[in-house]
Amino acid sequence: MASIKGSRGRGVALHAVLVCGLLLSAFPFYWAVVMSTHTSTEIFSYPPKLLPGSHFTENVRNLFDTVDFFGSLLNSLLVAVSVTALVLFFDSLAAFVFAKFDFPGKRALFALLMLIFMVPMQLQAIPQFVIMAKLGWIGSMTSLIVPAAANAFGIFWMRQYMKSAIHDELIDASRLDGAGFLRQYWHVALPVVRPGLAFLGIFTFMGQWNDYAWPLIALTDPDNVTLQVALSQLNGTHGTTDYGMVMTGALLALVPLLIVFALGARQIIGDLAKGAVRG
Amino acid sequence: MATAPALDKPPAAATGTTAVHRRKGVLSHWRLYAAISPFYLLFLCFGLIPVGFSLYLSFHRWDGLGAMEWAGLAQFRYLLTDTDFWSSIGNTLIIWALATFPMILLAMVTAVMLNSAVRFKNVYRFAYFLPNVTSIVAVAIVFGSVFSTNFGLMNALLQAVGLDQVAWLNTPWGIKVAIATLMTWQWTGYNAIIFLAGLQTIPSDLYEAARIDGAGPVQTFLRVTLPLLRPTLLFVLVVSTVTGLQSFAEPQVLLQTTANESTFSGGPDHAGRTMVLYFFQQTFDNNDFGYGAAVAWGIFLVVVLFSIINWRLVQRRGED
Repeated sequence: MASIKGSRGRGVALHAVLVCGLLLSAFPFYWAVVMSTHTSTEIFSYPPKLLPGSHFTENVRNLFDTVDFFGSLLNSLLVAVSVTALVLFFDSLAAFVFAKFDFPGKRALFALLMLIFMVPMQLQAIPQFVIMAKLGWIGSMTSLIVPAAANAFGIFWMRQYMKSAIHDELIDASRLDGAGFLRQYWHVALPVVRPGLAFLGIFTFMGQWNDYAWPLIALTDPDNVTLQVALSQLNGTHGTTDYGMVMTGALLALVPLLIVFALGARQIIGDLAKGAVRG
Repeated sequence: MATAPALDKPPAAATGTTAVHRRKGVLSHWRLYAAISPFYLLFLCFGLIPVGFSLYLSFHRWDGLGAMEWAGLAQFRYLLTDTDFWSSIGNTLIIWALATFPMILLAMVTAVMLNSAVRFKNVYRFAYFLPNVTSIVAVAIVFGSVFSTNFGLMNALLQAVGLDQVAWLNTPWGIKVAIATLMTWQWTGYNAIIFLAGLQTIPSDLYEAARIDGAGPVQTFLRVTLPLLRPTLLFVLVVSTVTGLQSFAEPQVLLQTTANESTFSGGPDHAGRTMVLYFFQQTFDNNDFGYGAAVAWGIFLVVVLFSIINWRLVQRRGED
């Protein structure tokens, strides 16, 4: 049958186009590898080097001599891990209440939560800076961790998840056994929504790891910053001179995130897309 | 939600004496409020009070250190005549349009192809999503090298095919194209996956019916797929508007090496100075907190306005 041959040909063409898109998506990562393995002289030459070179270790050594890479890496980890832990706890606790209980003022409080979604960062930036300065938090990681410790998106998302995932009979049964509110939350609700927590955790971690605008303002001590800010400083001061080193910094900053994403990709992609279609 | 186990209305089996029950109810409420309080406390301190304070500030002159001085509507009056602010709106909109329209088109085409390709779907989804989760600072640095005038890959390609080189990060249009390319790269795959999820909600018998009626692939797409994809398109467009009109990190990192006065200046001739960059420049470079607050409210209005316009456009097309 001719049509089978035709559809197979179309299938090959389809995958050819999709692979092109895939290569475009991946290209900047490859390009970072190429640039970070060459010296600046090689990078500045024509024609451009299209394959990885052999100067990676040299670039890494220059990078570590120029910026406090591990210091800022630790800062980024500290912020991302603390915020993720706090968000998981506070958001799931509040979401549990909104999903499974009735109390006076519930509707109004939830409507307020949705409104908070819409407030743009710029409207908060100046007063937040002033408040943080008064508290003496400017320049320290506290200024990044505390305001991010609970968020509207996470509560909203976890509430949707808990509504369908936790069966009311489970809570009723545990109450008959004499479990109080906190035990219902800890022993009944949390074990059931573990996949949801994984999504929220990975999503929060990545968001915090990549956060740039607020850390750029709040971290006023140039020697005590997160990785993104350190990278930006590096690019600002050496971006026109030592490209190989700057690119090495960019590449190394990407690695922890790629690992986290690879671990949770299936869940992240599926859940985000589902939420968008539903919303 | 009749089935929700409200603590103040326990199921009949659990009911003891009413007095105990009522006291238990009050106690439980107290716990519930305590459980949701962390978010609302944080929001009060770092959300509501700041927004109120922003409004208050925008009616004052303040350098962040000295005494605040009442300015009435002067900041807003200046904002309306500030050509730098208007040109930053123009820059933002041009960059947004250059990024968003190709992105939505590409994302839709990619989603339709992904929907019909059965094999390797998860591999494609993973790879297409990757740009969206990576650090914008690192990626902007890589794009900066690709668009570099002297040794960038773009110019090497142009030279290879015999075209003139372009000083990408030094000309008004080059700057905008470079920023828009970065944004398109970062968001196309994400939106393709959103569209794909939307496509998968369309029942396959509709396609079957269209095929029986003799509709070609293009006709099927325009008459069946596109109308049913409208809610997803709306979501994509609104998210792109809200994020695209508030772009900051892309121009800031991309242009920080060619910026001469400050890292918020948006490159030569301020061609890449978006609204949010202008806000940062006024506030944290010039220490003009009062005017910065007025600019922030201006940005908020522009974003809300364009979100509504997009919403209306997509909705009205649906009524045809």
